[in-house]
Parts: sequence; C-alpha cells; structure tokens
Amino acid sequence: MIDKSKVTSFLSLMSQASKALLLPVIGITVFLVIWSIAANSINTSLGKFPGPVAVAGQFGALYQEHNAERVKAEAFYDRQEVRNAARLEADPTYKVKVRAYTGKETFLDQIFTSLITVMSGFILAAAIAIPMGIWMGLSPTLNAALNPIVQIFKPVSPLAWLPLVTMVVSALYMSPDPMVSKSFINSLLTVTLCSLWPMMINTSLGVANIDSDLVNVSRVLRLSPLTHVQKIVLPASIPLIFTGMRLSLGVAWMVLIAAEMLAQNPGLGKFVWDEFQNGSSESLARIMAAVVVIGLIGFLLDRGVLALQRWISWDKSK
Amino acid sequence: MPVMAEVGFPEKEELTFGFIKLTDMAPIAIAYENGYFEEEGLYVTIEAQANWKVLLDGVIDGRLDGAHMLAGQPIAATIGYGTKAHIITPFSMDLNGNAITVSNDIWKKMKPNIAKDSEGKPVHPIKADALKPVVEQFTEAGKPFKMGMVFPVSTHNYELRYWLAAGGIHPGYYAPHKGDTSGQLDAEAFLSVTPPPQMPSTLEAGTIYGYCVGEPWNQQAVFKGIGVPVVTDYEIWKDNPEKVFGITAEFAEKYPNTTIRLTRALIKAAKWLDDNDNANRPAAVKILSQSNYVGADYDVIANSMTGTFEYEKGDKRAVPDFNVFFRYNATYPYYSDAIWYLTQMRRWGQISDDKPDAWYKDIAAKVYRPDIYAKAAQSLIDDKTIDAKHFPDFATETGFKKPQQHFIDDIVYDGSAPNDYLSKFAIGLKQGDKL
Repeated sequence: MIDKSKVTSFLSLMSQASKALLLPVIGITVFLVIWSIAANSINTSLGKFPGPVAVAGQFGALYQEHNAERVKAEAFYDRQEVRNAARLEADPTYKVKVRAYTGKETFLDQIFTSLITVMSGFILAAAIAIPMGIWMGLSPTLNAALNPIVQIFKPVSPLAWLPLVTMVVSALYMSPDPMVSKSFINSLLTVTLCSLWPMMINTSLGVANIDSDLVNVSRVLRLSPLTHVQKIVLPASIPLIFTGMRLSLGVAWMVLIAAEMLAQNPGLGKFVWDEFQNGSSESLARIMAAVVVIGLIGFLLDRGVLALQRWISWDKSK
Repeated sequence: MPVMAEVGFPEKEELTFGFIKLTDMAPIAIAYENGYFEEEGLYVTIEAQANWKVLLDGVIDGRLDGAHMLAGQPIAATIGYGTKAHIITPFSMDLNGNAITVSNDIWKKMKPNIAKDSEGKPVHPIKADALKPVVEQFTEAGKPFKMGMVFPVSTHNYELRYWLAAGGIHPGYYAPHKGDTSGQLDAEAFLSVTPPPQMPSTLEAGTIYGYCVGEPWNQQAVFKGIGVPVVTDYEIWKDNPEKVFGITAEFAEKYPNTTIRLTRALIKAAKWLDDNDNANRPAAVKILSQSNYVGADYDVIANSMTGTFEYEKGDKRAVPDFNVFFRYNATYPYYSDAIWYLTQMRRWGQISDDKPDAWYKDIAAKVYRPDIYAKAAQSLIDDKTIDAKHFPDFATETGFKKPQQHFIDDIVYDGSAPNDYLSKFAIGLKQGDKL
C-alpha cells in the first residue's frame, strides 16, 4: 500500500523543485534557442551575429590566451632578471627593481581589474554616503539644505563626470612613480560619484522614518547620541540602507563598464571596446562573451550584498 | 659629426605608449615583440586608445609617455589649434598607407566617368573629376554629400581635401577665428570626423558616402563588400609622410637618454619591417592581427601590408610601396614634411592669418627634431647595429627634401617656399586671404 500523505508530500516537493529548478532551466533553454535563431538571421559587416555555440567557443579561446600570456610573462621576468644583473654589474649604484609584466591584459586580468575597481569605488562611496545619510536623516535642517544638491547630481551620467574627473585627477595627482595608476583613480572616482546618491538617499530616508516608539524609548532612556545611533538608528534603518547599497552597487557596476569603455581604462569595458575596434571575425563573439560575464558578475555582486544584509540584519525575515 | 659617447642609462624605464588600431602602428608593436625596447632597458606597456583626441590628451596629461600620432597632431598642438601643448617628434613612423573608399552605390555612379584599360579594368589613378558629377547630382537633389575622415588635423583630412580639390570639388574651409571649426564653409563635400575602426560600419549605415582612412579599414570595406577604395594616398602624393611618434617637449628634456633609446628601438623596428624587400611582413602581420594590437583578421591586414592592394573586389594590384616604414629615409623627421602639413592647415583656414615663410620653418623646427633622430641613428651606426648607408648623411642634411613631384594634380611642392606653394592651388586660401 502506498501512503497517501507521502504521495502528496512527494508531489508538493516535486512541484517545489520544478518551480525552483525546472522553470529557470526552461527559461534559459528557450532564451538560447531564440538567441540561436535570431543570431543566424543577423548579418553584420563582421559576419553573422554570434550564437551561443560561438560564444562558448570564445570562452575556451580566451582562457587559452590567458595561459599563453602567462608563459610569455614568465619569460619576461626571466629576461628582466638577467638584464637587471647585467645592469647592476655595469652600474653598482643601480637600485634593482622588478617591473610588472608589460604585455597584454587577458580577459581574466580585465575581469579582476574591474572587480577591484568597482569594489574600491563602491566602498569609498559607502564610507561617505552612509554617515552622510544618517546625519541627513537625523537632522531635517541638513536634509533640507543638501537635498537639492543630491537631487541634481543623482541623475548625472558617468559620461559627464568622466572628463571632469580625468582632468582634475591629472592636475592634482602628479607623481613620477605613482603607487596606483591614474586610470584606476579615474575609474574609481567616477564610480564613487555615481554610486553615492542612492545610498545617501535611502539611508537618510531609513533614518528619518524610524518608528517614533523607538525614538521615544531612546529619549526615555536618555541614550547618548552615539549610542542612539548605534542601538536604535542603525538596526532600524538597516533594511533601507541595504536597499540603497544594492541600488548603488548596480549603478557602480554599470558606470564602471561605461567609464572603462569611454576612457580606455583597463577592465572589462576596455576589453569590449578593443574588440569592437578590432573588427575581426571573432570580435562579436568575444564581446558577447564579455556581456555574459558582465551580467553574471552584476548578478553575483547584488546577491553578495543581499547575503551581507541577511547576515548583519537582526530581522531575518527581510 | 664627432663620435658619440655611448648613450647613458635611461632616466625613466617604465613607459606607456598609446596607439590607434591601424597597421601603421607596426613599429611600436615590433619594437615590443622583437624585444628592441627591452634591449634599450625600457619596459614599455602598449595601450590602444579610443580615438585620436583621447590619445592626444593622454600624452599631454602624462598618462601616456608617447604615442603613435597623426603627423598633424604635434604641429597643431604646438601652434595651439585644438589643444595647446608643445609636442615634438624625433621619429617619423611611415610613408603612405591610406586610401579613399566610397560606398558601392557611389562607385556605381562614378564608374561611367572612369576610363577603362584594354582588360576592362578602371585606369588608375582615379581622380575626383569622376566623382564631381555625382556630388553635383546630390547637391541638385538638395542632399549634402557627406564623407568621413579621422581627425581635423589628420593626414586623411588633408589627403581627402587635396584629392577632392584637385578634381574641382570644394571640401570647405575652417574659420577658427570666427569659432567655426566644422570645416564646412563653402563646402560642396561635407567632411566630418569618424574614428578609424568605425569607418566601415558608418559607411554601411549610410551616414557617410565615402571616407579617407588608414589600413586595414579600406581593405575591410572590400572584404565585407560594402565599399570600393578608389585611390590610395600613394597615388595622391607618392611617398607622403604619414604618422609620427609624439612625445612632449618636457619629456624629451627631462629624459634625454630615454628619448634617444626609444628612438633607437623604433628605428630598429622600422628597419626590420622593410628588411629584404618586406620579407618580414608576413610575420609582422601575424603580430598585428593579435587582439591587443590591430586585431583585424590576418587576411585583411596582409592585403595591404604585403605589397598589394585590392581595389574593387577581385581587382588586386601590386603596390609594393603601399606602406613604407624605413626605406627612402621614411623615419627621418624632415622639416619639409612638417611644413607641408602647415601649408594645408593654412590652405583650409585652420591657420586663419597669413604667415611669412620663416614662420613655417620656425614651427617645423620646434616640432620636428632631427637632432634627436641623428643622435639615436649615430649611436646605432657606432655600435654597428645599422650601417650608415641606411641613413641620410647627417653632416650635410638640411631637413628639406628636394622639390617633390608626383602629386595627383602635378603641382610641385618646395618646402622652402610655402607661400609660393599655396598660390598654386585653384581651391584654397592664399597669401592675403582671410575668411
């Protein structure tokens, strides 16, 4: 005999599994099929638009290029060692310095560069925006004063900030042997400028709208301002702060790719633009591969902040 | 010339050079790949730039130490047209290498106006006379005849204008003193800026009907079947100077040994490119087709780099000097080359006021630095890397080429008399003219 309740629970489990797994699989399959068909009927001056197979092939090629480049890099370091030794012999005062490999940056290198840049820019933005937002939320006067500025700068596109940032950085950041490259600073500041605003607005909103009961409790207990922020304001506004952070990180990632394309700063954006300019028969498939990676990384970054929120927030239901 | 002391150690060892994805950046790629930079103790990073403006700004603000530049760029920057900065060049990168391409539709309309040889192929060089009736048709229909070039002070702008004007088509004037930098005053053909790699797609989109650009973007149009190169710059002006290697005057002053050493590396690379009748060109094409350099397909780049040029699809002709990197003293920075660019800037109004002949010479000497070149070359001769016969005789060289012929309109150019040269053109500003 089969237990009826077991069957029902099995069926409900199946239906849950199908919702969680089967439907996305179907979605992706349908998307891939439509993509293949559409790609086949688009003829560009660089040949057919790449389908999923061509793009998958490029992932392999890009990985191989990366390995080939690593071999070249090793040879470069070997040659450098010999040259440095010779130089030291001819000129004993010479300070031996090992220079980084100067060859091309591979796809994997570019992904890494972009990730570092976006995280640096985002963390800098958060370090400014969250305290500012808390302050604005606590003080309606400050909020009224700063709100117009925030509203005006918020919609400004990275393409408008970039020339300003570039010029200011080159004027102020002068060092014959810089620690970090100018292009990195340019990308980073552009990302920061564009991702400040959603975090600032959401934080101030969250802080301003704390339950009045909580504020009253704090008053009754005569909490010091610092303790008030720590014990009452922060925990209560965390959900909105994190919403702001997720919005900002999304903006930051999009902005970074655009800035890299425009200014040719190292990263995935530069990779895309270089390939577009190459005009080789493989260029489009390589760009498409980059698009897939950009999308995946954007998705993972968003999930990362969400996970962080769950971990920090006391209210696990949100 | 006294025997040079050995070149000292470079003051700056880590350098970043910019380039635009064009085959004539080859000396930089070869100097890197063949290890010539490293032999000089230089650790060079090579970065593709989005367009000529980004590249120029990069050199000015120090993000780039040097770059592959349009010959007009250092000159224009030094006289303050566009961006103002003192940029110099110790090394001229190549001769020739450009072509003018029109869309298939325009080609069809031009074809009846072109003479045919016994095999039924069009007779070259094709003059703009064949295009004139087409432009007139457009004008009568009230449609502007639009063409692309890569930068306002590019060789391509001047070559396209030269070719059009020689065929009686007015390409328009610039009037910067009135704030007009479109270069379309009085124009019959309207020229605008498109970055080199986007030329084929802009042509295909129908935004422009033709363009002047360097390789591989003319051959790309042939391969994709979207356009037909009608004339190469070799036919407009035989062995014309094309790109230069630009650095700021400040850089050269601050890092004299580095400057000489990078010039040495570039000279070695240029020589390698032309050695034994272009024997190394296939290997060079292979390097250029890497995605971090030009990146176009091997076949497309090889078409022009290995001594041939394909006009209309299937009409492949031998043009052994399509790209010259070293022979004919291609790398020596001649004052007369700089002066030719200045005459064209004056001819089309980018220089709005009259200038005496001496001014042309002064500016040329400020930008073109054969003295640095000579030091680098002499050190290569001294250490027996390259034989002296491959260079001009530095003891007697004046920096002025003999009056040059072989222009498409048969006008002779003498760099020592720029104003006199300007007076020979039917279309263009002459002494005393001001818009």
